[in-house]
Amino acid sequence: MQSETKEILTAQRFIDLFEQNRSFLEMNDTVKLAKIREDAMASFVRLGFPDTGMETWRLTNLEESLGRGYDYNLRPLPEVDAQKVFRCNIPHLDTAVIGQLNGWYVSKDVPLMELGNGIIMGSLEEARKKYPLIVEKYFGTMADDADEGLTALNTSFAQDGVFIYVPDNVKSPKPVQLINVIHHDANLFLQSRNLIVVGNNAKLSLVHCDDSYNHQASFSNIVTEVHVGDHGVLDHYKLQNLNNNSTLISSVFFRLGAAATLDSHYISLNGGLLRNNIRVLFNGLHGTASIFGLYLMDRKQHVDNHVYIDHAFPDCTSNETFKGILDEYAHAIFNGHVLVRRDATKTDARQSNKNILLTDTARVNSKPFLEIYNDDVKCSHGSTTGQLDQESMFYMRQRGIGEETARMLLMFAFADEIVTKIAIPQLRQRIEDMVKKRLQGELQICEQCVLHCSTPEHPVEFQIDLTKI
Amino acid sequence: MLLQIKNLHAGINGKEILRGVNLEVNQGEVHAIMGPNGTGKSTLASVIAGREVFDVTAGEILYQGKNLQKLSIEDRAREGIFLGFQYPVEIPGVSITNFMRTAVNEVRKYKGLDPLPGGDFLRLMEEKKKLVEITSNLTNRSVNEGFSGGEKKKNEIFQMAMLEPMLAILDETDSGLDIDALRIVANGVNKLRRPDNAFVVITHYQRLLDYIVPDFVHVLFEGKIVKSGGKELALELEEKGYDWIKKEQE
Repeated sequence: MQSETKEILTAQRFIDLFEQNRSFLEMNDTVKLAKIREDAMASFVRLGFPDTGMETWRLTNLEESLGRGYDYNLRPLPEVDAQKVFRCNIPHLDTAVIGQLNGWYVSKDVPLMELGNGIIMGSLEEARKKYPLIVEKYFGTMADDADEGLTALNTSFAQDGVFIYVPDNVKSPKPVQLINVIHHDANLFLQSRNLIVVGNNAKLSLVHCDDSYNHQASFSNIVTEVHVGDHGVLDHYKLQNLNNNSTLISSVFFRLGAAATLDSHYISLNGGLLRNNIRVLFNGLHGTASIFGLYLMDRKQHVDNHVYIDHAFPDCTSNETFKGILDEYAHAIFNGHVLVRRDATKTDARQSNKNILLTDTARVNSKPFLEIYNDDVKCSHGSTTGQLDQESMFYMRQRGIGEETARMLLMFAFADEIVTKIAIPQLRQRIEDMVKKRLQGELQICEQCVLHCSTPEHPVEFQIDLTKI
Repeated sequence: MLLQIKNLHAGINGKEILRGVNLEVNQGEVHAIMGPNGTGKSTLASVIAGREVFDVTAGEILYQGKNLQKLSIEDRAREGIFLGFQYPVEIPGVSITNFMRTAVNEVRKYKGLDPLPGGDFLRLMEEKKKLVEITSNLTNRSVNEGFSGGEKKKNEIFQMAMLEPMLAILDETDSGLDIDALRIVANGVNKLRRPDNAFVVITHYQRLLDYIVPDFVHVLFEGKIVKSGGKELALELEEKGYDWIKKEQE
C-alpha cells in the first residue's frame, strides 16, 4: 500500500503503482469519480511524462528533475509537529489558515471547517467522503487530463489536497491562506489536488503559498481546479519560494461564469524549476481575468509560465502582465496563448511580458501568442527584454545616488508594477519586503515557511529606504 | 576658481565632438553657452557630469582644483555638480519623494552627515516646490512619468533646489517651454543664485537670457569656444544669427 522506494520517476512506475493500489485509491470514490480517475490513468498511459519533443514543453526539460530518486507516499507520513510548521502568518493579516504538509491536509482532528455562513474548507479527501455530490459536480471538470500527462497523473492519484466551497451569495469575510510546506528527510515526490468553488455572486480571497522547509530535493505536481460562478469574484495569489533543489509543476485551471471576475497573481521568488500552467476558460459573457506574474530568478533557476486563456464567450476581458528579473544563469520562459473563438465578439485581450536580464548568461524565451477567429475584437501583445535602462541609471547617479542603489531602485520599480496590484495591503507590504530582500540577495528559505513566521523577523534594513512616505 | 576646463577633447565611438574647449567659471558667476545645433553643447555638459559613453581623449577638467576624471558620476554629483537635463528621464515606479530622499541622503552620507529625518525632508520639499511654483502633490507620482514638458523642466529646477549644488549646468532648460513656464524656471534659478555657487546655462536662444542674465556668453562652434563676451554678445547673436560666426571661422 505504501511505496517508500527511492526510485527515478518513470511512467511505468506510476502505472504499476496505480494497478497495485487501485482499490485503495478508489475507496471513497463515487462511480463518477472512479471513472474520472480511470480515464485519467488511461490518458497518462498514453501521454507519459512531458518531454521536450512536445511544443508546450520544448524549453522546459524535466529529465534531470525526474531522474533524481524520490520517495512517493500514498499515505501521509507521520507528522512532524504541525503546530510548529504552521504558526505562520503575515503580521496583522487576519486570515483563515489551511495547512498542507507535503500535499496532505494537516490538522486531521478538524478535517473540514464548516462555517456558519455555509463556507466549507479543509481536506479534499474528507470532502469526498462527506460531500461527494458537491465534489463530484466540479472535480475533474476543469483540469485537462487529455492533453497533459502530469495533470492526468495527478487526477489518477488524487487523494488529498484542499477543498474550499463558498456557496452562492456568500462573501468570505477574510482571506484564506493556503500554505503547502514540503518537509521530508529524503527526496520527495508529492502530488496534491485542490478544488476551489466560488459560487454565483460569491467572493473569495485566496493566498496560496508553496514553501520548502529544508534543502532536500522535491518534485511537486500540484493541480488546482477553480470554479467561479456567475458574478463571482476571486482574488487569488500564488507565492512560490522553494529551495533550489525543488521542482514545482503547478497547474491551475480556472473556469469563470458570466460576469465573473478573477485576479490571479503569481509571485515566484525562488525555486529550482518552476512551471506554472495557468488556464482560464471564460464560460459566460462579460467575464474578466487579470493574470499578473513576477519572477525573480538567479543561479541556474528555471521558471516557465504558460498561460492559456480561452475566450469561448463574447464580451470578456483578459489581461496578462508578466515581469521578470533574471540574474546569473537563470532561464525564464513566458508563453501566453490567447484563443479567441469564432463567436467571441468584443473580446478584449492583452498580453505583456517584460524582462530585465542582468547578465549575458541569463536567458528569456518569450512568446505572447494570439489565436483569433473573430474580427470584432481588441487584442494586443507585447514583449520586451533588455538591460536596466542606462539613461535612467545616468539620471539617478547624476543626482548623487550610488550605482548599486540606483540599480536596486530601478529593479524594485520594475517589480513594483506587479506588487502594487496586490489588493490586500498587509500582503502587499509583505511581498514588497520579500521582493526587496530577494533583489538584495538576502531572502532565505526560512526555517519555517516563507511567510516566516514563528520566529520574529528582523526588520528589513536597507541602505536606501524604499518605502513611500 | 570653481571650474577650469583646459583643452578638452572628447568624443563618442571614436568620433571627436569637443576639439579643445577652454572655459573658466568662478563662484558667483553665470555663464551662457550658445551655439548652433550639433556643435557639442550637450556633450560638454555630459562630459562634465561624467557620462561614461563619452571618452575624454585629451585635456582636463578641474573642479575646485580636483581632477574630475577620477570621480564617478555620483561622486561628482555629491561634490556639488548638477546637470539639468534637456530631456529628463521618466522613471516609472520610483516616486519623486523616494527618489529625492534617496539622493539627498546619499549626498549627506558622502559629506558625513546623518540622513535628514522624514519630517524635515518633507518640509524641505514643500519649501522648494514653492520656488518653482509646483502646486501638485508629488508624493505619489513617479519621476517625470506623464509630466508635460514644462513640468519636467520645473521638476529639474526643483531637484536642483533640493540638492543645492555648487555648479549647476542647465542643458537647454528653456527648450519646449512656453513663456509662463520659462519665467517660472528662470525665477527659480535666480532665487538659487548665491555668491558661492555658479551656473552654466546652455541655450540655443537668447530668450532665456532675458530672464537669467549672464555675466559671460560663450559661443561653442565645431567643438570649440570660438567667441566669448558679455551679455551683449547674446543680443548680437540674436540679431545676426550664427552664420556670422561661421563666416568668421572660415
